[in-house]
Amino acid sequence: MADDLAKPEELLENSGYKRPATGWMDTPIDIRPGMYCYASNPKSVEYVGLPNPRQWNPLEDDWKLPENWQEIVHKGIKERLEKFRSFKIFMDVCVRCGACADKCHFFIGTGDPKNMPVLRAELLRSVYRNDFTTAGKIFKSLAGARPLTLDVLKEWWYYFFQCTECRRCSVFCPYGIDTAEITIIGRELLNLLGLNIDWIATPVANCYRTGNHLGIQPHAFKDMLEFFVEDIEDITGINVEPSYNKKGADILFITPSGDVFADPGTYTCMGYMILFKYLKDKYGFDITWSTYASEGGNFGFFTSHETMKRLNSKMYAEAKRLGVKWILGGECGHMWRVINQYMETMNGPADFLEEPVSPITGTKFENAKSTKMVHIAEFVADLIKHDKLELDPSRNDNQIVTFHDSCNPARGMGMLEEPRYVIKNVCNNFYEMPANTIRENTFCCGSGAGLNAGENMELRMCGGMPRANAVKYVHEKHGVNMLACVCAIDRAVFPALMEYWVPEVDVTGMSELVANALIMPGEKDRDTDLRGEPLPGKEDE
Amino acid sequence: MNKNYMFSLIAVIVLFLIAYFGVETAGLHVLFGIVIPYLAALIFIVGFVYRVRDWAYSPVPFRIPSTCGQQASLPWIRQATYDNPSSNGGVIVRMILEVLFFRSLFRNMRFELKGGKKLSYIWEKWLWLFALAFHWAFLVVVIRHLRFFAEPVPFWVQFLEYLDGFVRVEFLSDVLQVGLPGVFMSGLVLLVAVIFLFLRRVFISQVNYISLASDYFPLFLIMGIAISGILMRYFIKVDIVGVKEFTMGLATFSPSIPEGVGVIFYVHLLFVSVLLVYFPFSKLMHLGGVFLSPTRNLANNSRAKRHINPWNYPVHVHTYEEYEDEFREKMIEAGLPVEKESN
Amino acid sequence: MPRQMYDKGKIVAGLVIFVIIATFPFWYNIGKAAPAPELKLTDKAKAEKECVMSVTDMKAGHMQLLDEWRDEVVRSANRLYVNSKGKSFNMSLSNTCLDCHSNKADFCDKCHDYASVRPYCWDCHIDNPKATEEAKE
Repeated sequence: MADDLAKPEELLENSGYKRPATGWMDTPIDIRPGMYCYASNPKSVEYVGLPNPRQWNPLEDDWKLPENWQEIVHKGIKERLEKFRSFKIFMDVCVRCGACADKCHFFIGTGDPKNMPVLRAELLRSVYRNDFTTAGKIFKSLAGARPLTLDVLKEWWYYFFQCTECRRCSVFCPYGIDTAEITIIGRELLNLLGLNIDWIATPVANCYRTGNHLGIQPHAFKDMLEFFVEDIEDITGINVEPSYNKKGADILFITPSGDVFADPGTYTCMGYMILFKYLKDKYGFDITWSTYASEGGNFGFFTSHETMKRLNSKMYAEAKRLGVKWILGGECGHMWRVINQYMETMNGPADFLEEPVSPITGTKFENAKSTKMVHIAEFVADLIKHDKLELDPSRNDNQIVTFHDSCNPARGMGMLEEPRYVIKNVCNNFYEMPANTIRENTFCCGSGAGLNAGENMELRMCGGMPRANAVKYVHEKHGVNMLACVCAIDRAVFPALMEYWVPEVDVTGMSELVANALIMPGEKDRDTDLRGEPLPGKEDE
Repeated sequence: MNKNYMFSLIAVIVLFLIAYFGVETAGLHVLFGIVIPYLAALIFIVGFVYRVRDWAYSPVPFRIPSTCGQQASLPWIRQATYDNPSSNGGVIVRMILEVLFFRSLFRNMRFELKGGKKLSYIWEKWLWLFALAFHWAFLVVVIRHLRFFAEPVPFWVQFLEYLDGFVRVEFLSDVLQVGLPGVFMSGLVLLVAVIFLFLRRVFISQVNYISLASDYFPLFLIMGIAISGILMRYFIKVDIVGVKEFTMGLATFSPSIPEGVGVIFYVHLLFVSVLLVYFPFSKLMHLGGVFLSPTRNLANNSRAKRHINPWNYPVHVHTYEEYEDEFREKMIEAGLPVEKESN
Repeated sequence: MPRQMYDKGKIVAGLVIFVIIATFPFWYNIGKAAPAPELKLTDKAKAEKECVMSVTDMKAGHMQLLDEWRDEVVRSANRLYVNSKGKSFNMSLSNTCLDCHSNKADFCDKCHDYASVRPYCWDCHIDNPKATEEAKE
């Protein structure tokens, strides 16, 4: 964590609405270190063929834009107005009632009025009015219109990369205006000028080339899983060796590469491997991992619709090549928004796959019968419901668990009960955070949508404040010491957020908890959980 | 004091003066009574249709409902059938709740930092309540006004008038004569609600910060409409039969200017006309937009049912073959299966 | 991309409903003769030439006048009204107003129906009492 980051108490004191002395159109942009991510690396931009790759620095005056950048943006807006009814309506119908204002975690955390969803949208809307509406052309600033200047563009860049596309504001908007949609379009426009952040651009290039955001090459990917195989064998005495790129397997499994790479996601990954081994031994379940489609997440989604489609295409392509029946997806947030709301429309039809049926319980996943991709939480909830897993929840007794609904599965899918059902069946101690901070009202981790870099730590700690505060509440009230989630970005960013705000709370994935409780056929007497921590009652041994 | 609301207030005052002197001094009854209202009605209807048609020209490429409850998944998990609808029926219920009862606004809560360290989310339904009161009162007022535009007056208008005037209050009748004729609640509710909506833009700092002149203008205009209407009904009485003669003339395309209808009526009429003209060019189009919002009017069933994007186009992808070509040797060495043994 | 309407059926249907509602005044009255009511004055009223106040004031403000009369009579037991010309009247709906305007259906009701007004005068003053008495005789 950055050394110069303010103390939590200072950050809290600084939170809350701070009204600038001048109106928002007249308040100049101040790009502050700690609040922004570094500019995209030109090599990454070039690799995927996106516009204007060059070295640039947001703190310098010259952003090295193409000469006709205003024309490019104007045309870009026009094209998108014609392509997206959502964009057009959201530009037109906002009444600025302000209901969204204090629903944004970044506004709560930073107090910056331009982080109110309504004002974030107005940054773009003001230019839209100026260029495309009669009222804006006649009445100018009185109608809330302003021309696109370099300062306005910089403001776009700064604030569209201070939005995690979590959709919380859209839940409260009387017209369903979704700032995520506006940010998505805003970032598309910025990308037309080569204005991405590197924390997005480089994962995108990596994913395009190697199949995953982290740039793990196929042999290394296998190596990393082999490493988990060894760890698991030490803990359970069982060899869970998975299969890779196996043609003719029943099911293809795709999960975010973050879980292969860093703690505590790695324990979730080990959880998958243990579960699949259990199902294979008991029920002949035949699943394979792919090194080509080795990424569930999709940072293309944070770049443009087109980039999202380009990266997402690998899932179906690989399923087709391997000849599997259907696809099982791991725990990830935005990955599931893409799968649930975009994938088949973009890259379907998935007519080479079968309607997904659990080979173990016979359950037909009717809700996924067209996309043919099932969420691991849906899949496991069904297994537990049919009593197909032998579980010892007491092995998780050291964990007092709460569950964080990740934004995208909550508000872009509605998967609320499945993970809860699973967790409650594998843990004995479960407490919900306050109702206004979970389910469809859930607060973002503060680092989603590609903002989980290191250089914007202050922004992340501010944005994660409401979530952390709710965790703190259940920590103090119920002694919660484990924050469970179904999202790889959560697992990557919560440890830092918890360390900062609630240091006593650790982070886990659903599948890790499952694997800890799962009694494998022929396993040895386990002394520790997947993290090597002693199991309850085994502390003295 | 800020320029945004001062400008809007001045604009409405100027409109008042234009109507007042236009009729009283210049005698332009025909302009303000016939020409402008006809033009306004035409611009409103054509403009509204044009705007909605313009939205319709843009497709909805992806299904992006905001899911506000449990999805339809396993049969034993209870779905939030209208907060996260998977069928058209659910969507219809969701839309009805949204349009008629402002379901999303009802979720509203207020954030507060308690004791300097505890974030709290506090009950806050005032915006919902007054927004609902405002819109419903406005609707009732509009329907009630059909008594001026229909002969015979339809029974449902009369029934609504009966309901609206159900509370018989006559207060300060010696001085003010409020209550004679019988009080219609809707007009007063409308005025109170619009004043509330204005005051929150003035006093709630963050709402004040985001408010534009184009947010204040319709509020002042509607205030003007409500006040001039209330004045006419309870205070500066106008010849109501004369007014109806005139409005019926407009409705039957045989307009004529009635005798003895006071200038306040022309003020009222100009305010309404300006509101109608302003409507299609402004945020007031949320009346049409709320029906078309893709985060509300779509079922969350895009995993169960294929949805087509009309402009879907092929993109450059990194194929498996290209991938294997790059990494083949490493894959073979690691024992990963490959399609071709060598390049 | 060719310009076309998407979800055309639903949106056109919605717009048709909108236009039907918005143009209600124009089509509802088609083919209905709906002239403004012409008031019939009784011979007695014609002979009087002028009412309590001027015609204009009566048109706009008779309900207020009647309300004031009622309060005066009921609360102050004062039945004498002197108008701006100094002429005196007995403050009574039944005995003064309806004395001249004994044709309620052709006088009062016509305008009230036209303007969709339902005054509660008639809740008590069922009819012109004089006419009733005459009928009895």
